[in-house]
Amino acid sequence: MSRTLAQKVWDAHVVRRAEGEPDLLYIDLHLLHEVTSPQAFDGLRLAGRPVRRPDLTIATEDHNTPTDNLLTIADPVSRTQIETLRKNCADFGVKLHPLGDPQQGVVHVMGPQQGLTQPGMTIVCGDSHTSTHGAFGALAFGIGTSEVEHVLATQTLPQGLPKQMAVTVTGELPPGVSAKDLILALITQEGTGGGRGYVVEYRGPAIEKLSMEGRMTVSNMSIEWGAKAGLIAPDETTFAWLKGRTFAPQGQAWDDAVAYWKTLPTDEGAVFDKEVFLDASALTPFVTWGTNPGQGASLDGVVPDPESFPSESERAAARRAVEYMDLTPGTALRDVAVDVVFVGSCTNGRLEDLRTAAEVLRGRKVADGVRMLVVPGSAAVREQAEQEGLHEVFTAAGAEWRFAGCSMCLGMNPDTLKPGQRSASTSNRNFEGRQGKGGRTHLVSPAVAAATAVTGHLSAPADLDAVGAR
Amino acid sequence: MEKFTVHTGTAVPLRRSNVDTDQIIPAVYLKRVTRTGFEDGLFSAWREDPSFVLNNPAYAGASVLVAGPEFGTGSSREHAVWALHDYGFRVVVSPRYGDIFRGNSLKQGLLTVELPQAAVETLWDLVEADPATAVEVDLVAREVRAGGHTWAFALDDFSRWRLLEGLDDIGLTLRHADAIAEFESRRPAFGVLVG
Repeated sequence: MSRTLAQKVWDAHVVRRAEGEPDLLYIDLHLLHEVTSPQAFDGLRLAGRPVRRPDLTIATEDHNTPTDNLLTIADPVSRTQIETLRKNCADFGVKLHPLGDPQQGVVHVMGPQQGLTQPGMTIVCGDSHTSTHGAFGALAFGIGTSEVEHVLATQTLPQGLPKQMAVTVTGELPPGVSAKDLILALITQEGTGGGRGYVVEYRGPAIEKLSMEGRMTVSNMSIEWGAKAGLIAPDETTFAWLKGRTFAPQGQAWDDAVAYWKTLPTDEGAVFDKEVFLDASALTPFVTWGTNPGQGASLDGVVPDPESFPSESERAAARRAVEYMDLTPGTALRDVAVDVVFVGSCTNGRLEDLRTAAEVLRGRKVADGVRMLVVPGSAAVREQAEQEGLHEVFTAAGAEWRFAGCSMCLGMNPDTLKPGQRSASTSNRNFEGRQGKGGRTHLVSPAVAAATAVTGHLSAPADLDAVGAR
Repeated sequence: MEKFTVHTGTAVPLRRSNVDTDQIIPAVYLKRVTRTGFEDGLFSAWREDPSFVLNNPAYAGASVLVAGPEFGTGSSREHAVWALHDYGFRVVVSPRYGDIFRGNSLKQGLLTVELPQAAVETLWDLVEADPATAVEVDLVAREVRAGGHTWAFALDDFSRWRLLEGLDDIGLTLRHADAIAEFESRRPAFGVLVG
């Protein structure tokens, strides 16, 4: 019978199937960070249970860590949470990449860069952006702390079979339009609940042409339209990216793995429960104007009139969003001025993202009154970027070159917006107060972020020819 | 987990959609390493507004939260469930939930009931007209009853059974420890060993 990529991965991991019960799925890789794990380890202690497979479990520190130094966590509550992770990992025999370690970084950057994330695997983490790893053809999804404890104790999870959706992206992305613009446009098209109950497979020529970094950006934001997971079929791009990485198979094992991975793509004739289409060639740089990732528009557009939405629920949400964002309907999005620009996060904190931002900033200056933070997704990304001299481009432009971490994505560490400040951010959520209480977030691509830093208002690199160039 | 069979309480009308888990509990409250005491973080930004519905004394002591669609989207933080529970909520009613939040809630005995938008609006009208309206949530019959209305809701048999019995998932899974060990013995060679 013809099966989808997700079905194949699922079927290969069913430990137990029984009528009227969810399948019990085996988990190949469990990623941990400091925020969603302490209560899970406590649960193990209370029940006297060990970690079943510490060899399939790996931890890093990212959400609470400062990005201005590697030594001091000033906030005592943050410090306690980090120290708790260190103690838990030591007590239960789990490998940890702590602050200062060469592999430390945002959990969804740390895993792939070491080759831990591979096609056909099941991967979970107490973090909704675990969907990132779907870019490799892995079935990867975020879980809560009770489930973290469950996986630590059993290396399995009971899971009901989700429905299957295909998102086919036809055509070719125009120059200057990136994976981030693609996924933001898709979320606006489908709404924040559009993917709910589905495992999604992104496919089609525009997806196949994306780099691994671009694919990770797309898969990363699957959760922002409610999807359980977002997979992309492994292909030569995937294999080339993985080959030679620390945990990638070697020699004969590599050949065997590639042969297996080549069996994973969706079979001809496999049936999806739902199909969605998007034409990449019609896309433009895309930004959000509201307070959920589905409230977006082309950068060429305007802040919409809340009354223009079809349902009362959407109209009410838009009214509230426009008020929170302090925007006037009809305002050109290019006229929206920002205070802060953030380049980083598990969505856009990889080397390719930093290269893109640096290319725009080269020979230009961050506008007066604008603060720009460039935060590599991991210590390894930071090191690679420095080898390429990207940090010099950023600092010459007047941007801050920081250490790796979640930083301004989520307001848990010292990098936050002040009340009323407005950001252009390459992160994944524009929720009220997400980047700091009272802060206002516009989600953008790395190219738009960099161009916006130069002009001080939402802009694309193509807008810069007339201004800022020297 | 506490058993859940039938719960009767008063309800709070939260006339908002897309209530993401960052609103339910902002990230600054997630730095704690404990599992209880999160009630202060619940809707903490919104509660600073005196007109926010939770600040209305008429709804003090309510244990059912009635919200718009896409409740609990976003971050996987189980702290959102803990905060609702610690504040005193036993049931949430919404037309649609974020998946991870829904899964977390059902593991913690916070019953998340899905009712159509029209039913949610009727509930809003009822409890706004009379905040003392009793809302009865019956997991045995899979029904919500209030103000003379009865709405049936769907919940899969397995989740319902676990809630009715107050069963712990890990305990249930470990009954199949042999099956897990057997799977591990024939587990494909792909995959990595971290340690």
